[in-house]
Amino acid sequence: MAQTLDQTAAAQPPREGEGLASFIRSRMVILVPYLWLLVFFLIPFAIVFKISLSQSAISMPPYAPTFDVSAGFSGLLDNLRELSFDNYLWLLDDALYFNAYLSSVWIAAVSTFFALLIGYPMAYAMARAPSSLRMVLLMLVILPFWTSFLIRVYAWIGILKPEGLLNQFLIWVGIIDTPLQIMNTHTAIYIGIVYSYLPFMVLPLYASLEKMDFSLIEAAQDLGCPPISAFWKITFPLSLPGALAGCLLVFIPAVGEFVIPDLLGGSQTLMIGKTLWNEFFANRDWPVASAVAIVLLLILVVPMMFFQRAQARAQEQER
Amino acid sequence: MQGKLSRFNIVSLVFGFAFLYLPIVLLVIYSFNASRLVTVWGGFSTRWYVSLFSNQQLIDAAWVTFRIAVISATVATVLGTMAALALTRYTRFRGRFLFSGMVFAPLVMPEVITGLSLLLLFVAIGLDRGMFTVTLAHVTFSMCFVAVVVQSRLLSFDRSLEEAAMDLGATPTRTFFHVTLPVIMPAIVSGWMLAFTLSLDDLVIASFTSGPGATTLPMRIYSQVRLGVTPEINAVCTLLIAFVTVGVLTAAIVNKRRDLQRQRDEHAALRG
Repeated sequence: MAQTLDQTAAAQPPREGEGLASFIRSRMVILVPYLWLLVFFLIPFAIVFKISLSQSAISMPPYAPTFDVSAGFSGLLDNLRELSFDNYLWLLDDALYFNAYLSSVWIAAVSTFFALLIGYPMAYAMARAPSSLRMVLLMLVILPFWTSFLIRVYAWIGILKPEGLLNQFLIWVGIIDTPLQIMNTHTAIYIGIVYSYLPFMVLPLYASLEKMDFSLIEAAQDLGCPPISAFWKITFPLSLPGALAGCLLVFIPAVGEFVIPDLLGGSQTLMIGKTLWNEFFANRDWPVASAVAIVLLLILVVPMMFFQRAQARAQEQER
Repeated sequence: MQGKLSRFNIVSLVFGFAFLYLPIVLLVIYSFNASRLVTVWGGFSTRWYVSLFSNQQLIDAAWVTFRIAVISATVATVLGTMAALALTRYTRFRGRFLFSGMVFAPLVMPEVITGLSLLLLFVAIGLDRGMFTVTLAHVTFSMCFVAVVVQSRLLSFDRSLEEAAMDLGATPTRTFFHVTLPVIMPAIVSGWMLAFTLSLDDLVIASFTSGPGATTLPMRIYSQVRLGVTPEINAVCTLLIAFVTVGVLTAAIVNKRRDLQRQRDEHAALRG
């Protein structure tokens, strides 16, 4: 941390007559949030990792204590010897966990695809709308994001239930005779995820499409390029960074989603967020829950690094 | 070319917004349903709103949630603004990569992981779970959202304004409070509101980090929803939606007005 300070000192020399006070102040801006995130974000992961290696026990907290400082160095060594990958072997052993990981990734991927399918035309139309209308449309996309996630998921229960509004409507119109079973199926989860995360898809797409120079398309069309191939050759490649950011913003949280599969997916659905929750709250097996979390994190590390790279690049562009 | 919408554009907008808004609209409508059967319309009634106000559990939970949201949003706004300043103003410091990673990762981190890891931290350091721990947890993830919002404003900020103020003899502190802060204020306000609603809304992280006596409104709603859809929950949800919508729209209008005012001022100053 001390080195952090030196470096910024070089970047921002204190002004004359300001001296120490301003020097300290400019360091604080970095140091305070840095320390906060270290303590409440990074260290907790180290603890999760450590507990994922310990044995579960019937006590409170329900895991065998590791690092007991009072036992001194030899005690520490004993503790280290007690650490084991048993919980991870357990995850490998039981097909339940493997299937849960697999189906989480699958459900998230399908939902991301549909979010892109619905979100892209929306973002495109928004980017081409007259600028007076654009702000209103943007506001309309953001507004649902402000209203409670839980409420928005809950609203779908009343719609998708067998005696719910969708089935009532379809029967009334005469498309179907018997209610469709949508609740407690994967379809319900897809709908829930696409619905909840759609703004995350639309906003980055809109941001990249809005910057686009649409006269490029005109030029292509003047030169005899049909509109559809102009789209695939010009618009789509230019919007790829936005599409990538949008997909990641939908995919990553969707993999670990708990509320949507729990409320819309019923008890049959396997998703890893739900498995973790049950392991923790129902089985009270904290070490296994921790191991589940670590594996989930490993699955998401690659897309998360993509996300950070995309963020950093977007920043560079704006600079 | 821009400014003209094709039929396909209009259809996709209408379809998209219908998809986004229909469920909420239906929820609001059915909160005024007289019938206890949630999906059968039995006439207009406000009886569920009346019965809400005698539900002490819900009122307690709402009050707990509100206090957590105000405190955590305020702390998160201060920390998030500092983080945004650190990321935009100091482009080179050791550990910057880790720092920016820690700011962006919580945005997409699955809530179950954040919740579990924070809980294990609180247990490890022997902190009793309750309102305080939920507040700490909410500060941690919402400060990152604030940082992103404020950062985007800082990136488009004209640094020459600051330089001008300092050339005219203002100290860095004075410059910050009289030049920088007013300009990024709209972003700070929307950052605060975002943090506030995130906290108001959070179920998963609160469930992990909360303890006895600190049941939040989403936790209460969730446990009732699991038992089935009830008109009373529809009414709570409608009130929450109304609360947030009014807040967001007010802030947007105020921000817009202030922007216009500043533009006019700048214009006047230039013509001098």
